[in-house]
Amino acid sequence: MKYMLIMRVTDEALAASQEIPFEQVIEAMGQYNESMMKAGVLLAGEGLADASEGFVVDFSSEEALVTDGPYGETKELFNGFWIIEVSSREEAAQWARRAPLGTGSFLEVRRVTEAEDFPADNEWIEKEAGWREELAQRSQG
Amino acid sequence: MHDPSESATARPDDPTAVERAVAAVWRIDSARIIATLTRVTGDFSLAEDLAQDALLEALRQWPETGVPRSPAAWLTTVAKRRAIDAWRHRERHDDRLAQLALEIERSSDAAADAPPWDPDEIDDDVLRLMFIACHPVLSREARISLTLRVVGGLSSEEIGRAFLVPTATVQQRIVRAKKTLAGAGVRFEVPPREELTGRLGSVLGVLYLIFNEGHTASGGERWMRPELAVEAIRLARVLSALLPREPETHGLLALMEFTAARFPARVDAQGEPVLLADQDRRRWDHGRIRRGHEALTRADSTGRGRGVYGVQAAIAQCHAVAESLETTDWGRIVELYEALSGLAPSPVVELNRAAAVAMASGPAAALELLDEIAASGRLRRYHLLPATRGELLRQLGREAEAREEFTAAAALATNDRERERLEEKASG
Repeated sequence: MKYMLIMRVTDEALAASQEIPFEQVIEAMGQYNESMMKAGVLLAGEGLADASEGFVVDFSSEEALVTDGPYGETKELFNGFWIIEVSSREEAAQWARRAPLGTGSFLEVRRVTEAEDFPADNEWIEKEAGWREELAQRSQG
Repeated sequence: MHDPSESATARPDDPTAVERAVAAVWRIDSARIIATLTRVTGDFSLAEDLAQDALLEALRQWPETGVPRSPAAWLTTVAKRRAIDAWRHRERHDDRLAQLALEIERSSDAAADAPPWDPDEIDDDVLRLMFIACHPVLSREARISLTLRVVGGLSSEEIGRAFLVPTATVQQRIVRAKKTLAGAGVRFEVPPREELTGRLGSVLGVLYLIFNEGHTASGGERWMRPELAVEAIRLARVLSALLPREPETHGLLALMEFTAARFPARVDAQGEPVLLADQDRRRWDHGRIRRGHEALTRADSTGRGRGVYGVQAAIAQCHAVAESLETTDWGRIVELYEALSGLAPSPVVELNRAAAVAMASGPAAALELLDEIAASGRLRRYHLLPATRGELLRQLGREAEAREEFTAAAALATNDRERERLEEKASG
């Protein structure tokens, strides 16, 4: 099963982290990523640029509305993510616990849906039955 | 904000949550812990015992204390203390004991987050552990059990469940394997250059056996045990990260990713197997296909050519990129099977080549190849030989002969579901 570890930070935590030498932050993150890579669980991971470079698309009115970032009322900024493939929810939690994040940071851990979450529906079964028939006819002829 | 790790961080009133957390920690850290303990004690068998003792201690203590901040450091220190106790009992006051005591002292002084192993050595130590677990002096079953337990961090119960054998059998295999390794004086080492290819072949072979057991279960009711295949993929990723210059580590990983990409389409809503021809390719896992491409590219970028796994991965890649059975590049697949035949001649490869020939040039040409295999008497007990002949005969309209072949195939099949499928074909 796959989990996404979603990094969220408060403005205060973000400000505080800027006082820690950049090298140190990079090194800690690098070690964390490497440990997941060498354990064979890391599938993807990205960090996000400053929220001021981003923007928001708001669907609350009829026309989708594009507004400049940063996100007005959001207290915790989505700051990056990892996707890991593990054997259990608990394993995802144990990896999440090891992330080198400071006070004011949160990891939201969510399971990533897979094909098995969307069982073949009736339409699909019908379609497949049709193919089988077609293939059978073809091989007869 | 809700803390998603809450259920896994220990709560004293919920022992099962702690047990699950301990198991998860073990999956993550066991290989490095056992590798480290083998290095410091110089004794793999003892290291494995010590690690298991530490695990039991965690199950006793963590429900009270919670999961420690650095579980691996906790487990390693407990195991080292046990080693000292064991040696004291045996009155072995040697340098190693003093060294261990010193290390324990140091680790308690060090920052809580510091890993309990030497960062410059741990990768090689894990690799050494894989080579020990897959050592040629061990039987196939012993290699599989030992690899899953010490490298994969699975319990004997989990291994037993995956391979449909009693837990006690797995435990016996492990005890016997450790004795065999000790008896043979197997050393904790990465094999020297001249032996590396052969020894690596054994490790890759074990991982592929584990994968295949998950991919097409050799016995029992279930058609697939995907969790086992996914564990094999994880271990192949570990190996390819540790030996990036060996093309076959990436080749095997690519083969596994491409093959596993089809899992979501391999079983229908009733749990019945769906063959490649009938699979809904939209259900294939495109993330796995992408990772398969990446791994095969890494294999090729070593510049050392493709081995048996790399070539098989390339065949699986042809299927992965094709939109349908009809638009698959069967000519290329026939060529790849020929290449595979050159690298590892086997009647099973010939059988697969014949199936590809049927798609590329028609059933009559393929049947000729199969008749050669059948006449040679090879694969007499392999159900896929009559099953494939049955398919080809049916396509040629030779219905009576086709049914005979399917009946013969059903009698040879060991997987219940597969047998049922063949019996259906035999009856029309």
